[in-house]
Amino acid sequence: MHVEVRGLNKKFGEFQAVKDVEFSIEKGQLIGLLGPSGGGKTSILRMLAGLETPDTGDIVFHGKRVNDLPPQERGIGFVFQNYALFKHMTVSENIAFGLEVKKWPKARIKERIAELVELTGLSGFEKRYPHQLSGGQRQRVAFARALAPEPQLLLLDEPFAAIDAKIRHELRSWLREMIDRLGITSIFVTHDQDEAIEVADQIMIINKGRLEQKGTPWEIYKDPQTPFVASFIGESTLIEDIGKLRGFADAAAMPGTKGLIRPEYVEVGKENEFTLLSATETGRVSHIHFRGSEWLVEIQIGDIKLVTYRSLEKPVLQLGDEVHVLVHRAYLFNDNDSWVTENKLKVDPLPVHI
Amino acid sequence: MTNMLQSRWWSWGFRSTVMLYFVILIVLPILGIYGQSLSDGWPKFVSNLTEPLAWKAVMLTVKLALIATVINVLIGTMAGWVLIRYRFPGRQLLNSLVDLPFALPTAVVGLMIMLLLGPRSEVGQWADSLGFAILFHEPAIVIAMIFVTFPFVIRAVQPLLEEMDASEEEAAYTMGASKAKTFFRVILPAMMPGILSGAMLAFSRALAEFGAVVLVAGNIPGRTLVASVYIFGQIESDNPAGAAAVSVLLLTLSFVILWLVSYVQARRTGR
Ligand SMILES: Nc1ncnc2c1ncn2[C@@H]1O[C@H](COP(=O)(O)OP(=O)(O)OP(=O)(O)O)[C@@H](O)[C@H]1O
Ligand SMILES: [Mg+2]
Repeated sequence: MHVEVRGLNKKFGEFQAVKDVEFSIEKGQLIGLLGPSGGGKTSILRMLAGLETPDTGDIVFHGKRVNDLPPQERGIGFVFQNYALFKHMTVSENIAFGLEVKKWPKARIKERIAELVELTGLSGFEKRYPHQLSGGQRQRVAFARALAPEPQLLLLDEPFAAIDAKIRHELRSWLREMIDRLGITSIFVTHDQDEAIEVADQIMIINKGRLEQKGTPWEIYKDPQTPFVASFIGESTLIEDIGKLRGFADAAAMPGTKGLIRPEYVEVGKENEFTLLSATETGRVSHIHFRGSEWLVEIQIGDIKLVTYRSLEKPVLQLGDEVHVLVHRAYLFNDNDSWVTENKLKVDPLPVHI
Repeated sequence: MTNMLQSRWWSWGFRSTVMLYFVILIVLPILGIYGQSLSDGWPKFVSNLTEPLAWKAVMLTVKLALIATVINVLIGTMAGWVLIRYRFPGRQLLNSLVDLPFALPTAVVGLMIMLLLGPRSEVGQWADSLGFAILFHEPAIVIAMIFVTFPFVIRAVQPLLEEMDASEEEAAYTMGASKAKTFFRVILPAMMPGILSGAMLAFSRALAEFGAVVLVAGNIPGRTLVASVYIFGQIESDNPAGAAAVSVLLLTLSFVILWLVSYVQARRTGR
C-alpha cells in the first residue's frame, strides 16, 4: 500500500510529541523508524494504525484519507513491542482471531493458519499457549497473527527489543526475507541503528517529534542533512573549532561553524605511511585500546581530540607516540546550514614552489 | 555443617508449629463436627438430615446464596471494571469503601437493613404498595447476603484487570474486532478466573452468613429460616446432633467450593 503523511502533529497535554511530520512510502518498501527514546516513533506508528488521533495532518493510504477510519477499518497489521498475544488462546486461536472477526469461512481459516504456521516456522506449536513459548516464538506468533487477515500495511513497534542479541540477528534477516516474499509495505520502529541499516530499504530518523531525514541507509550515512543525524548515525566526535585543523581552514571563515568527524574519516600513522604529508596534522597518541579486530586510537592535536581505528596489520602505535593524522572529510554545520566537506589540501595539494 | 543443621532444625520447627496450629485451630474442630454428627449412628444422622425443616433450611440457603452470588458477579464485575478503567473524582474513596462490608460487624449490617428497608421506611412502604414485603422475607435475606459478600468479586477481578495490558485490546481492534467483540472475546476471558473464584468465595460466605441474616430474616421455620440460623436453633433446643448434621452439609459444600477455587486459580497460574 502506498502511504502518505502530511503535516502530522500530535500533542499530549502541553507536550508536542510529533511535529509537522511528512513522508511518503512506496508500496512494498520496508521502512525503519530510528531515533532516540521518547522521540515520537511509537506515536507516529499509533497514529498510522488509528490507535491515536492526530491533532492536525492527513494520513493517506492508497490516495484515500483515512484519518476518520477507526483501526478496525484501516487494513493494517500491528505487532506490539510486548507482542500482546491473547494469553487465554493457543497459537492457532491467536492467529485465527482476526479471521473469525472478519467472518472467513471455517475451511479457509484452517488453511490460512496452516499456511502461516508453516511460514513462521511454528509447526508443532499450534496447540500451545503463549506462556509455553520462548520469546522468539512469541514474536513470530505476533507476526503471524498480524499477517493473517492479509493487511496492506504492517506496523512493527520494536519487534526485536525483548529478544537476545543472537536470535535477534536471525529474526531480522527472517523478517526481511518474509517481507520481500509477501511484498507488503512495512514500517518498523527500532532503537538499534545496525538493525535499521541492515534491514530497511529506507530509514527515517525521528528526533524530538520531528522527521530529521528520510533516505536509504547509505544516503543517511554519506550525506546527513542535519547535525543530529550526523551525530546519531555512526560514532562521531564533535570539534568546536574545526577551522584550526589543516585542510578545513575555510570553515574558520564562517564564525560558529563546528564539525563532526567519524572515526572512519580519520587515518593515523607514522610519517612514512603518508604520501601527502602536507595534508596531515601532527599529534600524540593519548590513548590506545585493543578492540578485538582493530585498535581504537585517540590522538591529541593541540586541544582537539580525535578518535579513529587502526588496522592490526599496520605497525603498532604506542601511547605518547608522535603521529601524523589525515582527516579525509568532516561534516560541518552552523546555525544556518550543514554540509560535508573534503580535506582541501588532499584534493588539490599546495602548488610546489621551485 | 552446624549451620545447615541449625537451619534444618529451624525449618522443621517452623513447619511443625504451623502444622500444629493448623490442626488445633481448624482440623480438630472440623473432625469434631463430623464426629458429633455421627455420634448417634448413621440412621440418626440420616434422619437428622432428612428432617424436612433442616432440608428446607439448607435448600433455601443454597437458593438465596446463589441469587446473591449471581447479582454480585454482575455488579462486582462492573464495579471492578469501573474502578480500574475510569478516572473520576471520588474513585479512591469508593475503592476503599468496597472493603467496608468486611470491616463492619454483621449484626450492624442486619440492623442497617432493618432500619432502611423495614415496613415503616420509605422503601418498605413503597414495596408494600406494590404488594410484597422485603423485611422478614426472602428479599431481605438476599440483600443481607449481597452486602456482606460484595467485596469478593470486585477484589478478585481488579488485579486481573490491572495487569491486563491495553495493547491486547488494541491488537484486537487492529484485527478488526469491534469494542463489544473485544470485550467478550479478549477482556472477559481474561477476567474469568477472577470472576469465578470471587463468585465461589462469595457463595460459600453467603451460605454461612448468620449475623446479618438472623436480624432480618424473620426465621420462620420452613419459610425464611436459613441453615446457619437453623443450626443455632437446634443448639438452643438442645439437639447438638441435629445442628451438627446440617453443619456437616454446609462444611462439605464449603470444602468442595474451596477446592474448586484453588483448582481454578491453579489453572490460571499454571498458564
Ligand atoms: N499517552 C501519552 N500521554 C502523554 N505523553 C505521551 C503519551 N504517549 C507518548 N507520550 C510522550 O510522547 C513522547 C513520544 O513518545 P513515543 O512513545 O512516541 O516515543 P518513542 O520514540 O516511541 O520512544 P521509545 O523509543 O522510548 O519507545 C514521549 O516524550 C512520551 O512521554
Ligand atoms: Mg516507542
